[in-house]
Amino acid sequence: MGGVREITFAEATREAMEEEMARDRTVFLMGEDIAKQGGIFGQFKGLAERFGRERVRDTPISEPTLVGAALGAALVGARPVLDIHFADFLLLAMDELANQAASLRYMSGGRLKVPLVIRAPDGAIRSAAAHHSKSLEALFLHLPGFKVVAPATPKDAKGLLKAAIRSDDPVLYLEHKALYTRKGPVPEGEVLTPIGRAEVVREGRDVTLVSYSLTLYKALEAARQLEEDGISAEVVDLKTLYPLDWDTLLASAEKTGRMVVAHEAWRFLGPGAEISATLGEKLWNRLQAPVVRVGAAHVPIPFSPPLEERVIPQVADLVRAAKEVLTWR
Amino acid sequence: MDRLNLYRLMYRIRRFEERVEKLFQAGKIPGFVHLYIGQEAVAVGVLAHRRPGDYLTSTHRGHGHALAAGVDPRAMMAELFGRATGVCRGKGGSMHLFDPDRGMLGANGIVAGGIPIAVGAGLGLRLLGQTGVVFAFFGDGALGRGVLHEGLNLAALWRLPVLFILENNGYASTTAHAESHAFRVEDLVRAYGLPFRQADGQDVEEVYSAVADLLQGVRGEGGPAFLEARTYRFKGHYVGDPERYRSREEVAQARMRDPVSLARQRLLAAGVGEKAIKTLEGEEDALLEEAVTFAELSPWPDPDEALQGLFAEEVRDYPWEG
Ligand SMILES: Cc1ncc(C[n+]2csc(CCOP(=O)(O)OP(=O)(O)O)c2C)c(N)n1
Repeated sequence: MGGVREITFAEATREAMEEEMARDRTVFLMGEDIAKQGGIFGQFKGLAERFGRERVRDTPISEPTLVGAALGAALVGARPVLDIHFADFLLLAMDELANQAASLRYMSGGRLKVPLVIRAPDGAIRSAAAHHSKSLEALFLHLPGFKVVAPATPKDAKGLLKAAIRSDDPVLYLEHKALYTRKGPVPEGEVLTPIGRAEVVREGRDVTLVSYSLTLYKALEAARQLEEDGISAEVVDLKTLYPLDWDTLLASAEKTGRMVVAHEAWRFLGPGAEISATLGEKLWNRLQAPVVRVGAAHVPIPFSPPLEERVIPQVADLVRAAKEVLTWR
Repeated sequence: MDRLNLYRLMYRIRRFEERVEKLFQAGKIPGFVHLYIGQEAVAVGVLAHRRPGDYLTSTHRGHGHALAAGVDPRAMMAELFGRATGVCRGKGGSMHLFDPDRGMLGANGIVAGGIPIAVGAGLGLRLLGQTGVVFAFFGDGALGRGVLHEGLNLAALWRLPVLFILENNGYASTTAHAESHAFRVEDLVRAYGLPFRQADGQDVEEVYSAVADLLQGVRGEGGPAFLEARTYRFKGHYVGDPERYRSREEVAQARMRDPVSLARQRLLAAGVGEKAIKTLEGEEDALLEEAVTFAELSPWPDPDEALQGLFAEEVRDYPWEG
């Protein structure tokens, strides 16, 4: 097989699309401003030239109808990948997402198959402010019927997108806007990251930092800083948020006995709340301390840089949380 | 029609935005910036009709609407800088300018997001027995969104005092008007029974008169009306846009009909002296300098300001904290 190169998250995404579209003619891509411009983050460059405007479609600004139409195409056997400019705009299409896409397979007693992928850039960058910065995973995790993935590395961007396209279920593929330009090693050719599998990306003994997407890098940096204080932190990359890889989480919790869950989604009723509650239920007498959650403050994401920074979790917040669980009596 | 004042506001918007572009490129303004340059005649020609008690809703390209509505350039510049003295205390920024004292119910990061709000504002005014009208600005991209169609229906059904203003600059981001709309705008509007006018959006006087006609009905309880202003944005969709979707020739061609220069020529032709115009321009230049200095000297918000103001009453997530 081929070697391993350093490519960006956006390039890895483009490769995944290109390979899947070449492999399977039922795969198509649609969204606003994706064909001519190659995507607002450059993640679709060249695809329209290679596959034509039938399979790489520019659309009007019509989010509910786009989600509904992608769903309809999926029901008759196509494999749509729908690009939504910003995850915030998913909120415009909640009926199509929640009442329709997420439920149809179940409601039809399994008669309908929904091989639909919806890609949506999320997260706060550079003062994009309240309408372009949300991390909405908790909302979709709460609605039965979606698989939700959130890659952190270029390799998983490629591997999870390919896995999502091949999945017969609706997959919400969330990608943090700050990651598109991040480089990392990606093997040439086929890369598949299984949906529903987490990975221990750094081994440690004293405390586990659980995260995903951009916040994973803050966890890794926090682990590095903790190391300087003689603390050995394990870091888990969830990669898939539904279904969650409880085996990996429980194993790490058994090993270190101390857990911090960090994400950019709002902390209140965020994914960390579910993880914390479940670990508490399963391991209440083996944990050395309660699970501590780190997440965004409960306000819309503000514009001004010092305000944005205050609301979004920072490395220092993770370090503080780790020390909190470590000093628990 | 106060021609001098129409020109003053157009000149204010143009200079403000030219400066904003430079300040953004110099890293002084965070976030995204969408410039209104080329479309000034629309905001000014429409909002010259604004009276106390009127409201407006705007778009992601809202600087021109805000300035034409009388928002203070100082507080606005400070907002674009993200400073504590900004119109929204640094929480909104370029795409989300609010100033209820000027009737400004918001620029909006969501395409067509302001349309249902405008319809509701019209309903509220009716219910409260107030005489104001609502100016709803949106771009041609909004024509693809259901809320525009639904908003036209509801406003027509309930005869609400809303003037819908389509600023058709030919593009929604990279997508040309014809690539995303299967209908003629006029046919759409007529289907809902609204009075419809088209105006040359580069000509402030034409916009002004078209709005005067339409408003007679709207203020006279005739219900909503619709203006399509044909215009062009001279700059990219946002500052930094590589603009691969249109040719330089096309932009150069459109720039020949610069609404600000056209208005200036009109003034001269109407007998206003060059000197009077220069004086006015000098006043506006000074005001702009003042706004930039004000923004630059203003403090950053205290980071904890981020946790304030979600509700009218103080609410704490976790009462044992802080
Ligand atoms: C609902 C929604 N979808 C997509 C976007 C991304 N977006 C921002 S501006 C824009 C184009 C808007 O075009 P138009 O309405 O014609 O206004 P103009 O930019 O020409 O002033 C798009 C697609 C958005 N902000 N909101």
